[in-house]
Amino acid sequence: MADIAVDPTSEHVADHVGEPHVAHHDHLHTSTGLSNNKLAMWLFLGSECLLFGGLIATYMLYRGRNNGKPGPDQLWDIPLTSVSAFVLLMSSLTMVLAVSAAHAHDDRRTTIWLSVTGLLGATFVGAQVYEFTSFYHEGVGFTTSLFSSSFFTLTGFHGAHVTIGIIMLMALAGLISRDKIHGNKAEVVELVGLYWHFVDIVWIIIFTLVYLIPA
Amino acid sequence: MSAVTEHADVPEPDAGFDTGHDTDAVEEVDEGQPHRPDIYYIKIAVFLAILTALETTTYWVDFGPFFLPALLGMMVVKFFTVVLFFMHLKEDSKIFGMLFYMGLGLAVAIYVVMLLCFQFFA
Repeated sequence: MADIAVDPTSEHVADHVGEPHVAHHDHLHTSTGLSNNKLAMWLFLGSECLLFGGLIATYMLYRGRNNGKPGPDQLWDIPLTSVSAFVLLMSSLTMVLAVSAAHAHDDRRTTIWLSVTGLLGATFVGAQVYEFTSFYHEGVGFTTSLFSSSFFTLTGFHGAHVTIGIIMLMALAGLISRDKIHGNKAEVVELVGLYWHFVDIVWIIIFTLVYLIPA
Repeated sequence: MSAVTEHADVPEPDAGFDTGHDTDAVEEVDEGQPHRPDIYYIKIAVFLAILTALETTTYWVDFGPFFLPALLGMMVVKFFTVVLFFMHLKEDSKIFGMLFYMGLGLAVAIYVVMLLCFQFFA
């Protein structure tokens, strides 16, 4: 085989010999030339649209079926939910700043922004727990009516996604601060970021369709 | 055989699958992501925050017949602003967008048909 003159400092060679922290361009050595991890994450997010679509559509169907118990118009605390929506939206900003810092190979800033994102997410979940508790005290539980079942299922699923996201963020911040990630660190942060932004866009839809449009 | 000669077996990147990138965008890309200053994302977040505030005001202010279209319009704008700019789908490979929009489009189509079947819009 003829030798090919390749600049040994080029990233392709470095990539091939397994350098852990080299830059990766879009053209990876995969059948698509793209990162398989990112492909899988986008495919997963596409499938998640179907999950949340089903939950939102079911809620829309049943939101008027409250069996004479308090319904959406009596229960909603719009100022609280607006603050929650704002907090989750700002967590998307801190997440994208974490991704940006990861691409700049700034581990310290990445860890800080990931932690701030996790804290904002925890604030959102805390507000949701408070909201659920107040509904329960007003006599609206999971099995009270079709409205309450569909509402708690939809927002509960979203809250579970946010909670999983917080666990991923905190774990990632811990791993980065201890330098335990080998390979393309920025891509790992980006994958968690994609998941986090997805839970944000789902809340953008829930906030409008569930809370702001009257039943 | 050295690592360098082994590398000769690896196909040329440009000869592979068409990733659908805008070639102009690739020039400004490093590691698949464009380098944007933080202020770029902060400006987008401020825009999103303003839209959220406007959405919230519809709860107290009567917008009449514009209420529903305005609310849905702002929701769609916020959704795609996050997807295109925070999730970088605007600059990333079209294949990623295709995977996501296929799921999104399928979900919207299926559940709109379902709601039509239950006469939700009647």
